[in-house]
Amino acid sequence: MSSLLLIAGLVILLTVLLGLVRILRGPGDTERLMAAQLLGTGGVAALLLLGSAIDLTGATDLALLLALLAAFAAVTFVAGLGAGPAGAPDGRRGSAPDVRGEGDSPASQ
Amino acid sequence: MSVADAFTAIFVLLGAFFFIAGWVGLVRFPDTLSRLHALSKADNLGLGLVVVGLLPQASWPFGALKLVALWLVAVLVGGATAQMLAGAIQARAGEAGDRVAAAAGTDAAPAVDDGPGAPR
Amino acid sequence: MPDFPLPVPLWADIPLALALLVLALWLTATRRDRAAVIGFTGYGLLAAIAWVRLGSVDVALTEAALGGGLMGLLLLTAAARLGERADQPRPAMPVRLLVGVLCLGVTLALAAVVLSLPAPAPNLVAAVAANQAATELGNPVAAVLIAFRAVDTMLESVVLALAVIVLWSFGADRAWGARPRTLDLGPPSPALMLLGRLLPPLGLIVGVHLFWTGADHPGGPFQGGAVLAAMAALLWLARLGEPPPVSDGLTRVGIVIGPLLFLLIGLAGAVIADAFLAYPEGLTKPLILLIEAAKTLSVAVALALLVAGPPELPAPAPARGETAAEPGGTV
Repeated sequence: MSSLLLIAGLVILLTVLLGLVRILRGPGDTERLMAAQLLGTGGVAALLLLGSAIDLTGATDLALLLALLAAFAAVTFVAGLGAGPAGAPDGRRGSAPDVRGEGDSPASQ
Repeated sequence: MSVADAFTAIFVLLGAFFFIAGWVGLVRFPDTLSRLHALSKADNLGLGLVVVGLLPQASWPFGALKLVALWLVAVLVGGATAQMLAGAIQARAGEAGDRVAAAAGTDAAPAVDDGPGAPR
Repeated sequence: MPDFPLPVPLWADIPLALALLVLALWLTATRRDRAAVIGFTGYGLLAAIAWVRLGSVDVALTEAALGGGLMGLLLLTAAARLGERADQPRPAMPVRLLVGVLCLGVTLALAAVVLSLPAPAPNLVAAVAANQAATELGNPVAAVLIAFRAVDTMLESVVLALAVIVLWSFGADRAWGARPRTLDLGPPSPALMLLGRLLPPLGLIVGVHLFWTGADHPGGPFQGGAVLAAMAALLWLARLGEPPPVSDGLTRVGIVIGPLLFLLIGLAGAVIADAFLAYPEGLTKPLILLIEAAKTLSVAVALALLVAGPPELPAPAPARGETAAEPGGTV
Protein backbone atom coordinates (compact mmCIF):
# COMPACT_ATOMS: atom_id res chain seq x y z
CA MET A 1 0.00 0.00 0.00
CA SER A 2 2.64 2.49 0.95
CA SER A 3 4.62 1.67 -2.18
CA LEU A 4 1.56 2.41 -4.29
CA LEU A 5 1.05 5.72 -2.51
CA LEU A 6 4.70 6.59 -2.99
CA ILE A 7 4.62 5.77 -6.67
CA ALA A 8 1.45 7.78 -7.16
CA GLY A 9 3.00 10.69 -5.29
CA LEU A 10 6.10 10.52 -7.43
CA VAL A 11 4.05 10.38 -10.62
CA ILE A 12 2.04 13.42 -9.62
CA LEU A 13 5.16 15.30 -8.62
CA LEU A 14 6.83 14.41 -11.88
CA THR A 15 3.80 15.57 -13.82
CA VAL A 16 3.66 18.97 -12.21
CA LEU A 17 7.42 19.35 -12.48
CA LEU A 18 7.00 18.86 -16.20
CA GLY A 19 4.53 21.72 -15.97
CA LEU A 20 7.59 23.88 -15.36
CA VAL A 21 7.99 23.97 -19.10
CA ARG A 22 5.01 26.29 -19.05
CA ILE A 23 6.75 28.56 -16.61
CA LEU A 24 9.81 28.74 -18.78
CA ARG A 25 8.05 29.12 -22.10
CA GLY A 26 5.04 31.21 -21.23
CA PRO A 27 3.92 32.85 -23.41
CA GLY A 28 2.43 35.34 -21.06
CA ASP A 29 2.57 35.66 -17.33
CA THR A 30 -0.85 34.11 -16.85
CA GLU A 31 0.40 30.78 -18.17
CA ARG A 32 3.34 30.97 -15.80
CA LEU A 33 1.03 31.60 -12.91
CA MET A 34 -1.15 28.68 -13.92
CA ALA A 35 1.89 26.44 -14.03
CA ALA A 36 2.80 27.64 -10.55
CA GLN A 37 -0.73 26.87 -9.40
CA LEU A 38 -0.50 23.38 -10.86
CA LEU A 39 2.80 22.99 -9.09
CA GLY A 40 1.16 23.99 -5.83
CA THR A 41 -1.77 21.63 -6.19
CA GLY A 42 0.42 18.75 -7.31
CA GLY A 43 2.77 19.48 -4.46
CA VAL A 44 -0.14 19.25 -2.05
CA ALA A 45 -1.23 15.91 -3.49
CA ALA A 46 2.31 14.53 -3.53
CA LEU A 47 2.87 15.66 0.05
CA LEU A 48 -0.35 14.04 1.23
CA LEU A 49 0.60 10.80 -0.47
CA LEU A 50 4.14 10.89 0.84
CA GLY A 51 2.97 11.75 4.32
CA SER A 52 0.48 8.91 4.31
CA ALA A 53 3.00 6.46 2.92
CA ILE A 54 5.82 7.03 5.41
CA ASP A 55 3.69 8.42 8.24
CA LEU A 56 5.32 11.81 8.25
CA THR A 57 4.06 14.15 10.95
CA GLY A 58 3.41 17.63 9.72
CA ALA A 59 2.94 16.64 6.09
CA THR A 60 -0.79 17.39 6.24
CA ASP A 61 -0.11 20.73 7.91
CA LEU A 62 2.34 21.64 5.20
CA ALA A 63 -0.15 20.56 2.55
CA LEU A 64 -2.80 22.78 4.16
CA LEU A 65 -0.37 25.68 4.16
CA LEU A 66 0.51 25.16 0.50
CA ALA A 67 -3.17 25.01 -0.43
CA LEU A 68 -3.82 28.34 1.31
CA LEU A 69 -0.82 30.08 -0.12
CA ALA A 70 -1.18 28.87 -3.68
CA ALA A 71 -4.34 30.92 -3.73
CA PHE A 72 -2.43 33.82 -2.25
CA ALA A 73 0.08 33.72 -5.09
CA ALA A 74 -2.73 33.97 -7.63
CA VAL A 75 -4.22 36.88 -5.69
CA THR A 76 -0.87 38.62 -5.72
CA PHE A 77 -0.55 38.20 -9.44
CA VAL A 78 -4.06 39.42 -10.26
CA ALA A 79 -3.85 42.35 -7.88
CA GLY A 80 -0.54 43.20 -9.46
CA LEU A 81 -2.17 43.27 -12.84
CA GLY A 82 -4.44 45.98 -11.52
CA ALA A 83 -7.19 44.48 -13.61
CA GLY A 84 -10.81 44.19 -12.59
CA PRO A 85 -13.76 42.66 -14.41
CA ALA A 86 -13.85 43.44 -18.13
CA GLY A 87 -14.67 47.08 -18.64
CA ALA A 88 -13.81 48.22 -15.13
CA PRO A 89 -11.22 50.96 -14.81
CA ASP A 90 -7.82 49.51 -14.18
CA GLY A 91 -5.49 50.20 -11.32
CA ARG A 92 -5.68 53.70 -10.05
CA ARG A 93 -4.01 54.19 -6.81
CA GLY A 94 -2.07 56.61 -4.71
CA SER A 95 1.41 57.63 -5.52
CA ALA A 96 2.78 54.29 -6.67
CA PRO A 97 3.51 54.00 -10.41
CA ASP A 98 1.39 51.94 -12.75
CA VAL A 99 2.04 48.34 -11.99
CA ARG A 100 1.50 47.11 -15.52
CA GLY A 101 4.90 48.60 -16.45
CA GLU A 102 6.87 47.24 -19.37
CA GLY A 103 6.10 49.63 -22.14
CA ASP A 104 2.52 50.45 -21.30
CA SER A 105 1.55 54.06 -21.08
CA PRO A 106 0.29 55.06 -17.63
CA ALA A 107 -3.24 54.16 -16.69
CA SER A 108 -4.60 57.67 -16.89
CA GLN A 109 -5.48 58.00 -20.54
CA MET B 1 -5.98 -6.24 -0.27
CA SER B 2 -8.68 -5.06 2.07
CA VAL B 3 -11.61 -3.05 0.80
CA ALA B 4 -10.13 0.14 2.20
CA ASP B 5 -6.85 -0.45 0.40
CA ALA B 6 -8.59 -1.19 -2.89
CA PHE B 7 -10.68 1.96 -2.47
CA THR B 8 -7.56 3.99 -1.81
CA ALA B 9 -5.72 2.52 -4.77
CA ILE B 10 -8.55 3.21 -7.21
CA PHE B 11 -9.14 6.79 -6.16
CA VAL B 12 -5.50 7.72 -5.87
CA LEU B 13 -4.80 6.36 -9.34
CA LEU B 14 -7.80 8.24 -10.72
CA GLY B 15 -6.52 11.39 -9.08
CA ALA B 16 -3.08 10.90 -10.59
CA PHE B 17 -4.70 10.41 -13.98
CA PHE B 18 -6.47 13.76 -13.68
CA PHE B 19 -3.25 15.45 -12.76
CA ILE B 20 -1.65 14.06 -15.90
CA ALA B 21 -4.67 15.16 -17.91
CA GLY B 22 -4.39 18.62 -16.38
CA TRP B 23 -0.73 18.84 -17.31
CA VAL B 24 -1.41 17.74 -20.87
CA GLY B 25 -4.11 20.37 -21.10
CA LEU B 26 -1.91 23.07 -19.66
CA VAL B 27 0.86 22.35 -22.12
CA ARG B 28 -1.09 21.51 -25.25
CA PHE B 29 -4.28 23.57 -25.26
CA PRO B 30 -4.27 26.47 -27.70
CA ASP B 31 -5.23 29.46 -25.61
CA THR B 32 -5.16 30.79 -22.08
CA LEU B 33 -8.77 30.21 -21.11
CA SER B 34 -8.75 26.58 -22.16
CA ARG B 35 -5.51 26.06 -20.26
CA LEU B 36 -7.21 27.55 -17.24
CA HIS B 37 -9.98 25.00 -17.71
CA ALA B 38 -7.43 22.19 -17.68
CA LEU B 39 -5.83 23.61 -14.55
CA SER B 40 -9.20 23.68 -12.78
CA LYS B 41 -9.72 20.03 -13.56
CA ALA B 42 -6.40 19.10 -12.05
CA ASP B 43 -7.13 21.29 -9.05
CA ASN B 44 -10.60 20.05 -8.28
CA LEU B 45 -10.76 16.50 -9.57
CA GLY B 46 -7.13 15.52 -9.19
CA LEU B 47 -6.68 16.73 -5.65
CA GLY B 48 -10.23 15.84 -4.65
CA LEU B 49 -9.90 12.23 -5.76
CA VAL B 50 -6.53 11.88 -4.06
CA VAL B 51 -7.99 13.23 -0.82
CA VAL B 52 -11.00 10.93 -1.01
CA GLY B 53 -8.68 8.03 -1.66
CA LEU B 54 -6.55 8.87 1.36
CA LEU B 55 -9.48 9.13 3.74
CA PRO B 56 -9.53 5.43 4.68
CA GLN B 57 -5.83 5.60 5.51
CA ALA B 58 -6.09 8.64 7.73
CA SER B 59 -6.36 8.52 11.50
CA TRP B 60 -9.87 8.91 12.82
CA PRO B 61 -11.33 11.43 13.59
CA PHE B 62 -8.92 14.30 13.35
CA GLY B 63 -6.72 13.06 10.55
CA ALA B 64 -9.72 12.49 8.32
CA LEU B 65 -11.26 15.82 9.34
CA LYS B 66 -8.07 17.63 8.45
CA LEU B 67 -8.05 15.99 5.02
CA VAL B 68 -11.66 16.98 4.41
CA ALA B 69 -10.91 20.54 5.53
CA LEU B 70 -7.97 20.65 3.15
CA TRP B 71 -10.16 19.43 0.32
CA LEU B 72 -12.80 22.06 1.08
CA VAL B 73 -10.17 24.77 1.09
CA ALA B 74 -8.77 23.53 -2.22
CA VAL B 75 -12.18 23.36 -3.88
CA LEU B 76 -13.46 26.72 -2.65
CA VAL B 77 -10.21 28.48 -3.28
CA GLY B 78 -9.66 26.79 -6.64
CA GLY B 79 -13.02 27.93 -7.88
CA ALA B 80 -12.59 31.52 -6.77
CA THR B 81 -9.03 31.64 -8.13
CA ALA B 82 -10.11 30.34 -11.52
CA GLN B 83 -12.83 33.01 -11.70
CA MET B 84 -10.33 35.65 -10.71
CA LEU B 85 -7.81 34.56 -13.30
CA ALA B 86 -10.46 34.33 -15.99
CA GLY B 87 -11.57 37.87 -15.16
CA ALA B 88 -8.01 39.07 -15.43
CA ILE B 89 -7.53 37.29 -18.76
CA GLN B 90 -10.74 38.75 -20.14
CA ALA B 91 -9.83 42.21 -18.96
CA ARG B 92 -6.42 42.10 -20.61
CA ALA B 93 -7.88 40.72 -23.82
CA GLY B 94 -10.46 43.48 -23.77
CA GLU B 95 -7.81 46.11 -23.23
CA ALA B 96 -5.67 44.75 -26.02
CA GLY B 97 -8.65 45.04 -28.34
CA ASP B 98 -9.33 48.61 -27.16
CA ARG B 99 -5.73 49.63 -27.58
CA VAL B 100 -5.46 48.22 -31.06
CA ALA B 101 -8.69 49.94 -32.02
CA ALA B 102 -7.64 53.26 -30.50
CA ALA B 103 -4.03 53.20 -31.73
CA ALA B 104 -3.30 56.92 -31.91
CA GLY B 105 0.27 56.83 -32.99
CA THR B 106 1.71 56.07 -29.60
CA ASP B 107 3.98 53.11 -29.58
CA ALA B 108 2.56 51.65 -26.40
CA ALA B 109 2.58 47.92 -27.02
CA PRO B 110 -0.50 45.91 -26.01
CA ALA B 111 -0.65 44.84 -22.40
CA VAL B 112 -1.48 41.27 -23.41
CA ASP B 113 1.70 39.33 -23.98
CA ASP B 114 0.24 35.92 -24.51
CA GLY B 115 0.58 36.02 -28.25
CA PRO B 116 2.94 33.42 -29.60
CA GLY B 117 6.41 34.00 -28.32
CA ALA B 118 6.38 37.78 -28.17
CA PRO B 119 9.69 38.62 -26.51
CA ARG B 120 9.33 41.59 -24.19
CA MET C 1 3.89 -4.39 -6.93
CA PRO C 2 7.53 -3.49 -6.42
CA ASP C 3 8.53 -3.10 -2.83
CA PHE C 4 10.72 -0.08 -2.26
CA PRO C 5 12.70 0.22 0.95
CA LEU C 6 11.42 3.22 2.83
CA PRO C 7 12.19 6.10 2.72
CA VAL C 8 12.04 6.98 -0.95
CA PRO C 9 15.04 5.82 -2.99
CA LEU C 10 17.52 8.48 -4.04
CA TRP C 11 16.91 8.40 -7.77
CA ALA C 12 13.35 9.59 -7.15
CA ASP C 13 14.80 12.91 -6.03
CA ILE C 14 16.56 13.57 -9.31
CA PRO C 15 13.55 15.21 -11.05
CA LEU C 16 13.10 17.54 -8.09
CA ALA C 17 16.76 18.51 -8.01
CA LEU C 18 16.84 19.03 -11.77
CA ALA C 19 13.72 21.16 -11.63
CA LEU C 20 15.23 23.31 -8.88
CA LEU C 21 18.39 23.85 -10.90
CA VAL C 22 16.61 24.61 -14.15
CA LEU C 23 14.19 26.99 -12.49
CA ALA C 24 16.99 28.76 -10.64
CA LEU C 25 18.98 29.22 -13.84
CA TRP C 26 15.92 30.53 -15.64
CA LEU C 27 15.18 32.94 -12.80
CA THR C 28 18.59 34.52 -13.05
CA ALA C 29 18.44 34.67 -16.83
CA THR C 30 14.98 36.09 -17.38
CA ARG C 31 14.67 39.78 -18.07
CA ARG C 32 11.08 40.26 -17.06
CA ASP C 33 10.37 41.10 -13.44
CA ARG C 34 6.85 39.79 -13.13
CA ALA C 35 7.68 36.49 -14.80
CA ALA C 36 10.62 36.14 -12.46
CA VAL C 37 8.43 36.77 -9.42
CA ILE C 38 6.01 34.05 -10.48
CA GLY C 39 8.91 31.70 -11.12
CA PHE C 40 10.24 32.58 -7.68
CA THR C 41 6.94 31.58 -6.12
CA GLY C 42 7.16 28.23 -7.87
CA TYR C 43 10.75 27.93 -6.73
CA GLY C 44 9.65 28.44 -3.14
CA LEU C 45 7.17 25.61 -3.48
CA LEU C 46 9.81 23.29 -4.89
CA ALA C 47 12.25 24.28 -2.17
CA ALA C 48 9.61 23.46 0.45
CA ILE C 49 9.20 19.98 -1.01
CA ALA C 50 12.98 19.61 -1.07
CA TRP C 51 13.11 20.47 2.62
CA VAL C 52 10.54 17.76 3.33
CA ARG C 53 12.72 15.28 1.47
CA LEU C 54 15.65 16.42 3.60
CA GLY C 55 13.61 15.61 6.66
CA SER C 56 12.94 19.08 8.02
CA VAL C 57 9.23 19.88 7.91
CA ASP C 58 9.67 22.96 10.13
CA VAL C 59 11.90 24.64 7.58
CA ALA C 60 9.58 23.52 4.80
CA LEU C 61 6.69 25.23 6.59
CA THR C 62 8.67 28.45 6.91
CA GLU C 63 9.78 28.29 3.29
CA ALA C 64 6.23 27.76 2.07
CA ALA C 65 4.78 30.48 4.28
CA LEU C 66 7.35 33.09 3.37
CA GLY C 67 8.66 32.17 -0.07
CA GLY C 68 5.33 31.11 -1.46
CA GLY C 69 3.26 33.91 -0.05
CA LEU C 70 4.70 37.06 1.40
CA MET C 71 7.94 37.27 -0.59
CA GLY C 72 6.03 37.02 -3.85
CA LEU C 73 3.88 39.96 -2.83
CA LEU C 74 6.87 41.99 -1.67
CA LEU C 75 8.76 41.36 -4.89
CA LEU C 76 5.74 42.17 -7.01
CA THR C 77 5.13 45.51 -5.34
CA ALA C 78 8.83 46.26 -5.58
CA ALA C 79 8.81 45.44 -9.29
CA ALA C 80 5.79 47.70 -9.69
CA ARG C 81 7.61 50.57 -8.03
CA LEU C 82 10.67 50.09 -10.18
CA GLY C 83 8.44 50.27 -13.21
CA GLU C 84 9.72 50.49 -16.72
CA ARG C 85 13.21 49.10 -17.28
CA ALA C 86 13.58 49.20 -21.03
CA ASP C 87 15.69 52.32 -20.87
CA GLN C 88 18.39 50.78 -18.70
CA PRO C 89 21.35 49.53 -20.70
CA ARG C 90 22.30 45.92 -20.26
CA PRO C 91 25.61 45.36 -18.53
CA ALA C 92 28.55 44.62 -20.79
CA MET C 93 29.30 41.01 -21.67
CA PRO C 94 32.62 40.79 -19.75
CA VAL C 95 30.87 41.95 -16.59
CA ARG C 96 28.15 39.39 -17.00
CA LEU C 97 30.69 36.66 -17.67
CA LEU C 98 32.62 37.66 -14.58
CA VAL C 99 29.50 37.58 -12.42
CA GLY C 100 28.56 34.20 -13.84
CA VAL C 101 32.00 32.77 -13.16
CA LEU C 102 32.05 34.13 -9.61
CA CYS C 103 28.59 32.68 -8.85
CA LEU C 104 29.66 29.35 -10.26
CA GLY C 105 32.80 29.48 -8.14
CA VAL C 106 30.84 30.14 -4.96
CA THR C 107 28.45 27.30 -5.77
CA LEU C 108 31.28 24.87 -6.42
CA ALA C 109 33.04 25.90 -3.22
CA LEU C 110 29.86 25.38 -1.20
CA ALA C 111 29.27 22.01 -2.85
CA ALA C 112 32.84 20.96 -2.09
CA VAL C 113 32.47 21.95 1.55
CA VAL C 114 29.15 20.17 1.99
CA LEU C 115 30.26 17.03 0.21
CA SER C 116 33.51 16.81 2.16
CA LEU C 117 31.79 16.82 5.54
CA PRO C 118 32.25 13.57 7.41
CA ALA C 119 29.14 11.43 7.40
CA PRO C 120 27.28 11.66 9.72
CA ALA C 121 28.15 15.34 10.06
CA PRO C 122 28.99 16.46 13.60
CA ASN C 123 25.94 18.01 15.20
CA LEU C 124 24.20 18.53 18.49
CA VAL C 125 21.22 16.25 17.88
CA ALA C 126 22.23 13.88 20.64
CA ALA C 127 22.74 16.68 23.14
CA VAL C 128 19.35 18.17 22.28
CA ALA C 129 17.63 14.83 22.58
CA ALA C 130 19.23 14.23 25.97
CA ASN C 131 18.07 17.54 27.41
CA GLN C 132 14.78 17.99 25.66
CA ALA C 133 12.71 16.53 28.45
CA ALA C 134 13.48 19.51 30.65
CA THR C 135 11.67 21.82 28.27
CA GLU C 136 8.50 19.68 28.16
CA LEU C 137 8.35 20.22 24.41
CA GLY C 138 7.98 17.40 21.92
CA ASN C 139 9.43 19.27 18.95
CA PRO C 140 13.24 19.47 19.13
CA VAL C 141 13.29 22.50 16.84
CA ALA C 142 11.02 24.37 19.22
CA ALA C 143 13.14 23.30 22.17
CA VAL C 144 16.27 24.69 20.53
CA LEU C 145 14.60 27.93 19.46
CA ILE C 146 12.83 28.79 22.67
CA ALA C 147 14.96 27.19 25.36
CA PHE C 148 18.47 26.27 24.34
CA ARG C 149 19.13 29.20 21.99
CA ALA C 150 16.52 31.60 23.31
CA VAL C 151 18.82 34.62 23.06
CA ASP C 152 19.06 34.24 19.30
CA THR C 153 15.30 33.98 18.96
CA MET C 154 14.75 37.02 21.12
CA LEU C 155 17.18 39.07 19.13
CA GLU C 156 15.48 37.96 15.93
CA SER C 157 12.14 39.25 17.19
CA VAL C 158 13.80 42.56 17.95
CA VAL C 159 15.25 42.62 14.43
CA LEU C 160 11.76 42.26 12.97
CA ALA C 161 10.53 45.24 14.96
CA LEU C 162 13.55 47.26 13.86
CA ALA C 163 12.90 46.30 10.24
CA VAL C 164 9.41 47.77 10.45
CA ILE C 165 10.81 50.99 11.89
CA VAL C 166 13.41 51.20 9.14
CA LEU C 167 10.74 50.62 6.49
CA TRP C 168 8.58 53.34 7.94
CA SER C 169 11.49 55.73 7.85
CA PHE C 170 11.38 55.49 4.06
CA GLY C 171 8.16 57.45 4.00
CA ALA C 172 8.27 61.13 3.20
CA ASP C 173 8.39 63.42 6.22
CA ARG C 174 5.04 65.00 5.47
CA ALA C 175 3.49 61.55 5.07
CA TRP C 176 4.25 60.60 8.64
CA GLY C 177 1.07 59.46 10.33
CA ALA C 178 -0.58 58.38 7.07
CA ARG C 179 -1.46 54.86 6.04
CA PRO C 180 0.80 52.64 3.96
CA ARG C 181 -0.44 52.45 0.40
CA THR C 182 1.83 50.02 -1.43
CA LEU C 183 -0.96 47.46 -1.48
CA ASP C 184 -3.37 49.93 -3.04
CA LEU C 185 -3.32 48.16 -6.36
CA GLY C 186 -6.67 49.09 -7.82
CA PRO C 187 -10.27 48.01 -7.46
CA PRO C 188 -10.54 44.31 -6.69
CA SER C 189 -12.48 41.94 -8.88
CA PRO C 190 -15.53 40.29 -7.31
CA ALA C 191 -13.71 36.96 -7.20
CA LEU C 192 -10.89 38.58 -5.27
CA MET C 193 -13.35 40.00 -2.79
CA LEU C 194 -14.85 36.54 -2.41
CA LEU C 195 -11.43 35.10 -1.69
CA GLY C 196 -10.84 37.93 0.74
CA ARG C 197 -13.88 36.80 2.66
CA LEU C 198 -13.28 33.05 2.38
CA LEU C 199 -9.59 32.67 3.06
CA PRO C 200 -8.79 34.82 6.09
CA PRO C 201 -10.99 32.90 8.56
CA LEU C 202 -9.45 29.65 7.34
CA GLY C 203 -6.01 31.19 7.45
CA LEU C 204 -6.65 32.38 10.98
CA ILE C 205 -7.43 28.85 12.08
CA VAL C 206 -4.43 27.43 10.26
CA GLY C 207 -2.13 30.10 11.66
CA VAL C 208 -3.19 29.59 15.24
CA HIS C 209 -3.08 25.83 14.73
CA LEU C 210 0.49 26.05 13.43
CA PHE C 211 1.54 28.07 16.46
CA TRP C 212 -0.14 25.73 18.90
CA THR C 213 1.00 22.50 17.33
CA GLY C 214 4.57 23.74 17.10
CA ALA C 215 5.23 22.67 20.65
CA ASP C 216 5.14 18.98 19.80
CA HIS C 217 4.96 18.75 16.00
CA PRO C 218 6.47 20.71 13.13
CA GLY C 219 5.25 24.27 13.26
CA GLY C 220 5.78 27.16 15.57
CA PRO C 221 5.14 30.84 16.16
CA PHE C 222 7.03 32.07 13.13
CA GLN C 223 5.16 29.94 10.62
CA GLY C 224 1.85 30.73 12.28
CA GLY C 225 2.59 34.43 12.30
CA ALA C 226 3.58 34.35 8.64
CA VAL C 227 0.25 32.77 7.69
CA LEU C 228 -1.63 35.39 9.72
CA ALA C 229 0.33 38.15 8.01
CA ALA C 230 -0.49 36.69 4.60
CA MET C 231 -4.18 36.74 5.49
CA ALA C 232 -3.96 40.35 6.59
CA ALA C 233 -2.28 41.25 3.31
CA LEU C 234 -5.07 39.42 1.47
CA LEU C 235 -7.68 41.48 3.30
CA TRP C 236 -5.88 44.65 2.29
CA LEU C 237 -5.52 43.56 -1.32
CA ALA C 238 -9.22 42.76 -1.50
CA ARG C 239 -9.98 46.22 -0.08
CA LEU C 240 -11.93 44.77 2.80
CA GLY C 241 -9.83 46.79 5.20
CA GLU C 242 -6.88 49.14 5.19
CA PRO C 243 -3.45 48.97 6.74
CA PRO C 244 -3.38 50.95 9.95
CA PRO C 245 -1.75 54.39 9.94
CA VAL C 246 1.76 54.36 11.30
CA SER C 247 0.75 56.49 14.24
CA ASP C 248 -1.74 53.92 15.47
CA GLY C 249 -0.95 52.99 19.06
CA LEU C 250 -2.43 49.52 19.02
CA THR C 251 -0.30 48.57 16.02
CA ARG C 252 2.83 49.72 17.77
CA VAL C 253 1.92 47.66 20.81
CA GLY C 254 1.43 44.67 18.54
CA ILE C 255 4.87 45.04 16.99
CA VAL C 256 6.59 45.41 20.30
CA ILE C 257 4.78 43.01 22.57
CA GLY C 258 6.57 39.89 21.36
CA PRO C 259 10.16 40.99 21.94
CA LEU C 260 9.18 42.94 25.05
CA LEU C 261 7.53 39.99 26.72
CA PHE C 262 10.44 37.78 25.76
CA LEU C 263 12.87 40.25 27.26
CA LEU C 264 10.87 40.70 30.46
CA ILE C 265 10.54 36.99 31.04
CA GLY C 266 14.23 36.62 30.36
CA LEU C 267 15.09 39.28 32.90
CA ALA C 268 12.72 37.72 35.39
CA GLY C 269 14.54 34.48 34.80
CA ALA C 270 17.76 36.16 35.80
CA VAL C 271 16.18 36.97 39.14
CA ILE C 272 14.05 33.87 39.77
CA ALA C 273 15.91 31.08 37.99
CA ASP C 274 19.53 32.24 38.23
CA ALA C 275 20.26 32.88 34.54
CA PHE C 276 19.05 35.26 31.85
CA LEU C 277 16.30 33.52 29.87
CA ALA C 278 16.25 30.51 32.19
CA TYR C 279 12.77 29.26 32.94
CA PRO C 280 11.88 28.27 36.49
CA GLU C 281 10.93 24.64 37.08
CA GLY C 282 7.22 23.97 36.92
CA LEU C 283 6.52 27.17 34.99
CA THR C 284 8.52 26.15 31.95
CA LYS C 285 5.77 25.16 29.55
CA PRO C 286 3.32 27.97 30.46
CA LEU C 287 6.06 30.57 30.08
CA ILE C 288 7.19 29.12 26.80
CA LEU C 289 3.65 29.13 25.45
CA LEU C 290 3.16 32.70 26.62
CA ILE C 291 6.34 33.83 24.88
CA GLU C 292 5.37 31.97 21.73
CA ALA C 293 1.87 33.43 21.68
CA ALA C 294 3.19 36.96 21.98
CA LYS C 295 5.81 36.17 19.35
CA THR C 296 3.17 34.89 16.93
CA LEU C 297 1.24 38.12 17.30
CA SER C 298 4.30 40.28 16.83
CA VAL C 299 5.56 38.31 13.86
CA ALA C 300 2.14 38.55 12.22
CA VAL C 301 1.89 42.30 12.76
CA ALA C 302 5.49 42.98 11.73
CA LEU C 303 5.41 40.86 8.57
CA ALA C 304 2.07 42.32 7.52
CA LEU C 305 3.39 45.84 8.00
CA LEU C 306 6.58 45.01 6.11
CA VAL C 307 4.47 44.01 3.14
CA ALA C 308 2.20 47.04 3.50
CA GLY C 309 5.05 49.44 2.89
CA PRO C 310 6.00 52.91 4.08
CA PRO C 311 3.38 55.56 4.82
CA GLU C 312 2.26 57.59 1.81
CA LEU C 313 -0.11 60.46 1.29
CA PRO C 314 -3.20 59.70 -0.76
CA ALA C 315 -3.27 60.78 -4.39
CA PRO C 316 -5.23 63.92 -5.35
CA ALA C 317 -9.01 63.53 -5.19
CA PRO C 318 -10.02 62.61 -8.78
CA ALA C 319 -7.98 59.43 -8.90
CA ARG C 320 -9.39 58.16 -5.67
CA GLY C 321 -12.96 59.36 -6.10
CA GLU C 322 -13.98 56.44 -8.25
CA THR C 323 -12.90 53.63 -5.99
CA ALA C 324 -15.66 52.04 -4.00
CA ALA C 325 -16.28 53.49 -0.58
CA GLU C 326 -13.38 52.21 1.43
CA PRO C 327 -14.44 50.55 4.62
CA GLY C 328 -12.68 52.49 7.28
CA GLY C 329 -10.99 51.09 10.29
CA THR C 330 -7.97 48.95 10.65
CA VAL C 331 -7.61 45.24 10.26
